[in-house]
Amino acid sequence: MLQQLHPLARSRWGRSLLGLSGVLAFVAFWKYAQVSGWAAAGTIPDPFLLPGALADEWSSERLLPALGSSLIHYVWGLALGTMLGFLVGTVAASSSLMDALHGWLARILRPIPPLAWVVFAIAWFKVSHAGAAFVIAIGVFWVNYFASYSAVRNVDPKYYELSRAFGQSGFLRQALQVTLPAAAPGIFSGMRTGIGQAWMTLIAAELLGVPGMGQEMNSAAGVGAYEAVVVYMLIISLVYTLSDTLFAQIENRVLKWRPS
Amino acid sequence: MAPILNIKNLSYHYDNSDEPVFADINLEVESGEFIAVVGGSGVGKSTLLRCVANLTKPSDGEIVLYVPHDDTRRRRGIVFQDGRLMPWRRLRGNVAYGLKGLKLNAQEKRARVDEVLKMTRMQELADRWPHQLSGGQVQRGGIARALAVHPHLLLMDEPFSAVDAITRRHLQDQLLAIWDETRKAVMFITHDIEEAVYLADRVIVLAGSPGKIVLDRCIDISRPRRRNADELQQLAHDIAQYL
Repeated sequence: MLQQLHPLARSRWGRSLLGLSGVLAFVAFWKYAQVSGWAAAGTIPDPFLLPGALADEWSSERLLPALGSSLIHYVWGLALGTMLGFLVGTVAASSSLMDALHGWLARILRPIPPLAWVVFAIAWFKVSHAGAAFVIAIGVFWVNYFASYSAVRNVDPKYYELSRAFGQSGFLRQALQVTLPAAAPGIFSGMRTGIGQAWMTLIAAELLGVPGMGQEMNSAAGVGAYEAVVVYMLIISLVYTLSDTLFAQIENRVLKWRPS
Repeated sequence: MAPILNIKNLSYHYDNSDEPVFADINLEVESGEFIAVVGGSGVGKSTLLRCVANLTKPSDGEIVLYVPHDDTRRRRGIVFQDGRLMPWRRLRGNVAYGLKGLKLNAQEKRARVDEVLKMTRMQELADRWPHQLSGGQVQRGGIARALAVHPHLLLMDEPFSAVDAITRRHLQDQLLAIWDETRKAVMFITHDIEEAVYLADRVIVLAGSPGKIVLDRCIDISRPRRRNADELQQLAHDIAQYL
């Protein structure tokens, strides 16, 4: 159903104005909550002190090193999890032997939350980038595994028939000319979900002590510096938005054949 | 004329059934001949074509293609009902799809693609994505792709049934022009008797359960034909009695 456009929502300016009003209303509500003492004193950060907290984190040289450290295991975990999830998912979906072989195992391992692996991450890798990357990779793996598996499974068989009709039926040829391009939209959407999923696991993994923004948040909370916690939350939001936007552009370029 | 295709005692039944879809099909096609196979739905005319296309294995019988070995051509070119262009390839890439594996250098491949795009009057559309083409253009793309492999036998599975009536007429006339130019043997499946009579040298009617050839009729109306000629209408009417 076509929704009738509100006069204010018609122009770009109007929409920006509405968006900004939404944010301002939220901040006003937040400030009100803070002064009215709904929660224990000092546990609701003051939104007006956020710029100062940001400046503090910056000038005390905690922010950039924490961001840099987070990005190291983020990138490693994301890259490993994405590659392995894509590989296992596509291979399992293309071969009935592999499919049967891994089916039960996937059903047993899949429900285990990535964070449950933190125990082993610490035992095997100590408190390190590798440990955090390991936990992140597990979460990202499953997202990509499922996306790739179902994307390959759902390739329309008529394209395989087409490839046979035109003498292009070798396994590798079909994989490169039919399976991958046809499954690409699903595979890409899995990768994009993984980019978000990795941030969620990352912060939780860091709360256990691996240097990074999660750890900074934890130690700031420990001394009651809740404004600093919010600063890190907003930085995460910003970095996520940047990486998601960047990936969306890559996706649009690779999948430019899709009707827009 | 020499035969190009010989179908002997062909029958087909699904794996989960003993009831054949069609049985005892015997059919010979001469080189350069345009035959149309008509029949109602369910008589297995598309399955018959798929057997000839080597996409489905017949349950019994034999299909022989008398074509010289030539590794710059494919034995058959197939046009599907749904056009079936790959959405991730531009029109040019789709048309070139069957050329990989033939003994042609890059320049020859390009020439083939240009040749058939010209034949189907689609040169200007070569760089479009399939979603930027109309239904009729997609069908012409499918025909161009089949022609590009210079097939000895052109197999067409209800290629015009999904387009509107005006486009269908254009496509039929374009197909006749191409056939006139290339003189390929064509096996054309349709459920439209008038289309069959307008296009073909010979009309084969498949009917019954299991499907059998109930009529094999030469259409000796001179070309170019007029759609609304009495002779043609009368013939279509006669043939309809067999369905």
